[in-house]
Parts: sequence; C-alpha cells; structure tokens
Amino acid sequence: MEKIICGTTIEVNEEGYLTNFSQWCTEIGDELAKEANIDLSPRHREVITYLQGEHKKEVPLSIRKVGKSGVVDIKEFYSLFPLAPLKTATKIAGIPKPASCI
Amino acid sequence: MNDSNGEIKKMMIILSKATLENVYAAFVLANGARMEGIEAEMFFTFFGLEAIHKKKLKRLHVATVGNPAMHMPTMVGGLPGMEAFATHMMKKEMGKIDMPDVEEFLDILTASGVKLWACKLAMDMFHYKKEDMISDIDGVITVGDFYKKASGSGTHMLFI
Repeated sequence: MEKIICGTTIEVNEEGYLTNFSQWCTEIGDELAKEANIDLSPRHREVITYLQGEHKKEVPLSIRKVGKSGVVDIKEFYSLFPLAPLKTATKIAGIPKPASCI
Repeated sequence: MNDSNGEIKKMMIILSKATLENVYAAFVLANGARMEGIEAEMFFTFFGLEAIHKKKLKRLHVATVGNPAMHMPTMVGGLPGMEAFATHMMKKEMGKIDMPDVEEFLDILTASGVKLWACKLAMDMFHYKKEDMISDIDGVITVGDFYKKASGSGTHMLFI
C-alpha cells in the first residue's frame, strides 16, 4: 500500500506500518504521531530513537525490554504513548509492529 | 455491545488458582490487554490470592498431579520433589523466552496500569491481612464492587 505524507510517497502495510524504514524521516514521524493524536516531545523522540536503534540491531522488542533499557521505564512509556505504547511508538518510529506477548 | 461495536474495551480477569501456569496465563492476558490499549483489572480470589501474597508468590508451583499435559503417571507426579522439578524446568524454559518471574511480572502489570484487587471473602477465609499482600494492590473489595468496576460497554470477564 502507498501513502503520501509531507509530499513523499511511502510504503505501508495494511495496519499503517512503514514497510521500508529507509523511507522514514523526522517529518514523517511527526505526521504519523499526529495521526495517533500524539504531540512529540523531546522525550518521545528519545524513545523513538532508541526503538529504531534496537530495530537496526535486529533485537526483538517487548514491553519488558523497553522497561529495562534505561531509556524509559514502563510507567513513563505508557504515559508517553497511552494507547498501546509499543504498537504506537513503533508505528511512529517507522519500524515493524513487534510480535510480542510480553 | 452496540455502542462499543463489539470492540473489547476492558478485560476483568479473575484468578482463582495459584498454580504457576494459571498465574502466568492470567498475567499474560492482563498485560497483553494493556499492550493493545485495552484496560485491565484483576480480581484475586481463593488460591489466586497467593499470586499477590508477599511471601507465597515466590514459591508458586506447577501442578504435576491431575495435569494430563504433564504426560506423567499420577503416581509419579505425586512423588516428593516432582513438583519442584517440574517448576524448575518450566522456569528455565520461561527464562529462555524472556518471561519475567512472578514478582517482576507484578511490577510490569502495575506500571502498565493494571488494577489489582484482592477478594475480601477469600482474604477473611485464609486469615490474610492487607499487609500480607504486596503493597501494589489497589484494595480489598467484594465481588459486588468488582462487578461495579466492570460496568460499561465493551467489558469482558474471564475466570481462571
């Protein structure tokens, strides 16, 4: 599926996740955050950068891992991205939805 | 159901057992709900109270007797040390898939906004005091209180 954000055409899957991370840029992140009703603060951006880093290292993501990262604890993660934090944050970060149950 | 479009908004999970596999099932379901943006509240009753009992939660076991999935004769399952052995094996496997232990899982649930309620009747029956339970519990309530918290469309209730 194709989607046009900030004048650029990006490839997304049926759930709206970018299928090609190289197409991601800060402006696209801002736009995706807006769609999720989130106004990105510097804290949000730190978390997103961390998630992207883990994705590049091919580390599978889970709530528990994020909580132990030292970047953000679980409570703050939920307050930054109140509705389904891992799903929302990865979507904004332009990385695949984690297939994790914990 | 109509105004929620069949969508799940809240999971009310009742845990009545203290065997490790049941405790984990309840915890994974509650945490999984929060991960999807679904509210979750847990009601610990009867043996389920052990999962939030400060001392007992560290010693929860897998059931080896009366559990056909263990694939061992009941007599063998009843031998001394079998439960401890099965529990050890299960914990080892859980560690491999990055599953937290019960104590850490409770911290994750609380941090994720899962409400933890202890059943008043069962607390009285086992002579437990609120101080015996982990400090993270949200309160000791009656079944009626729990039903009230379940009100609203899109709430589902699950008994384990």
